[in-house]
Amino acid sequence: MALEAEEKTGVRRGTVIPMRGNDAVAYAVKLSRVKVVAAYPITPQTIIVEKIDELISKGEMDAEMIHVESEHSALAATYGAAVGGVRAFTATSSHGLVYMYEVLWWAAGSRIPVVMAVVTRAIGAPWNIHVEHSDILSTRDTGWLIAMAENNQEALDLTVMMFRVTEDPRVYLPGIVGLDGFILSHTVEPVEVPDQELVDEFLPPRRQPYTIESGAPIAMGNIIPDEAFEEHRMDMHESMREARRVIEEAGREYGKLTGRDYSSLVECYKCSDADYLFVGIGSWMGDAKIAVDALREKGLRFGALRLRWIRPFPWDELREYGLEKKAVIVLDRSISFGYAGPVFLEVSSALEAKPSMVGVLAGVGGVDVNYEDMVKIAEHVAGLVEEKGRVYVPALWYHLGEFYPMKPGPLPTRKTPRHVNKLLEELWSKKT
Amino acid sequence: MRRLGSRKQRKSRLRGEMVLAGSSPSRKDVLVVEPGDHFYPLSVAAPGSMGRTGSWRTQRPVVNAEKCIGCYMCWLYCPDNTIIMREKAGPRGQDVASIDYEYCKGCGICANVCPVNAIEMVDESKFISQS
Ligand code: SF4
Ligand code: SF4
Repeated sequence: MALEAEEKTGVRRGTVIPMRGNDAVAYAVKLSRVKVVAAYPITPQTIIVEKIDELISKGEMDAEMIHVESEHSALAATYGAAVGGVRAFTATSSHGLVYMYEVLWWAAGSRIPVVMAVVTRAIGAPWNIHVEHSDILSTRDTGWLIAMAENNQEALDLTVMMFRVTEDPRVYLPGIVGLDGFILSHTVEPVEVPDQELVDEFLPPRRQPYTIESGAPIAMGNIIPDEAFEEHRMDMHESMREARRVIEEAGREYGKLTGRDYSSLVECYKCSDADYLFVGIGSWMGDAKIAVDALREKGLRFGALRLRWIRPFPWDELREYGLEKKAVIVLDRSISFGYAGPVFLEVSSALEAKPSMVGVLAGVGGVDVNYEDMVKIAEHVAGLVEEKGRVYVPALWYHLGEFYPMKPGPLPTRKTPRHVNKLLEELWSKKT
Repeated sequence: MRRLGSRKQRKSRLRGEMVLAGSSPSRKDVLVVEPGDHFYPLSVAAPGSMGRTGSWRTQRPVVNAEKCIGCYMCWLYCPDNTIIMREKAGPRGQDVASIDYEYCKGCGICANVCPVNAIEMVDESKFISQS
């Protein structure tokens, strides 16, 4: 394999291999010397743990793979292994993530570093396996750090980094690395896989605050007084704030070692001199960059600000780049029903709604959104701002080339197929 | 977990961990326990941390020392730390489980995990009528 050959020659500090986003995460897990992986298969995550299983069975990775009966158990086992004192990892998507939701709180509240990959996907009903951010954003308040990759390279780099950040004594909280289902997970891109020695240099031995072992039993999850509970939550919040500094340090050092700098919680593409800004998370921010170039050619000075980290929230960076803009367009790939997209709500509060702001809901359930759609969205919003001076629209749906403001606006209706309707009519007529 | 090995190996592994916990050199390579300045919601599992939970019991786990193979499963799983393993005290010289009824709350987990059904859950009323 190319990787091994390069490792032997030692010419470069990494090897470029074309791979899917899921493979990139699996390699990151191997390079981080993870000792226990527990997982349950779910599309589009499955390849990650399949690949890890393959690496283990080939003898390339020294770890224990636990096959469990559900995602709730997957995270419980991962968490248990981590409490026992090893680097542990799991991965999931969509329904799997919401099924393990309870254990997310246990891991964070126990202050145990664990890393999980979330391959983003819509949550049913109805069934849909394609990209959406409702799953990863539902973890927002659990006390996990959350980072979101734009491409396969970043999926690898952020996974390695996440171990270091979560295992820092200033942080001691678990962390999620998000990557978009299919768009990254199943798409092959060239990825530079860093050499093992490089990752060993970057990742110190695992640190954690305590271990629970047989022979020296301590208990976690006991009842504590309300006041102590509140102080515990205050401490978690404080650690999340500290995590900002830890991320910056780790990102800077990773940059020195690999040439890829992650010292900022955001990625800013031509946003310093921009009048307008796209803000968003995940892979489609790559399309937003192309849209920025296209728009600048048309005379509209756009920029793109991607939130690489969602927790801790890049409050300072957003304000630095966003406060003075004419308008900020927040792209959301999920909706908090009855209000707006979750990313919009966060960005809007950080910017105190000072610039004109429009929350665009698009690409939900994997609907394709490319840079041409983004140009269209940008021109629409710029037109609104020109016309009205200042606008503030929390939820503007962009669906198949049309705009649907949440209020008042008509929404597209899709009829259920006639044969289904016939059955329903029969059912309803019996009831009345 | 895969590769748990034979029952004998499993036993020695479990026993080994009890003795070696935290002291194996390979583990030290990868793990540093560093407290950090945080508030951890931990407690020390001790009998009686929730009071005399023995009074909660409606069913009593009774160990059949003949059947018990000293595998430590019940000891590992008991949520109240009330299984006491008596070393080499079994009829065949094996380690054997016994239960501290002062604190055993009668949840039945031990009976459930015992691989040889050496623990039977017996209705508490049986014992009341006897005494
Ligand atoms: S019944 Fe429950 S509390 Fe009692 S010994 Fe068994 S596992 Fe422990
Ligand atoms: S009672 Fe059952 S589970 Fe407990 S040590 Fe004996 S054989 Fe093992």
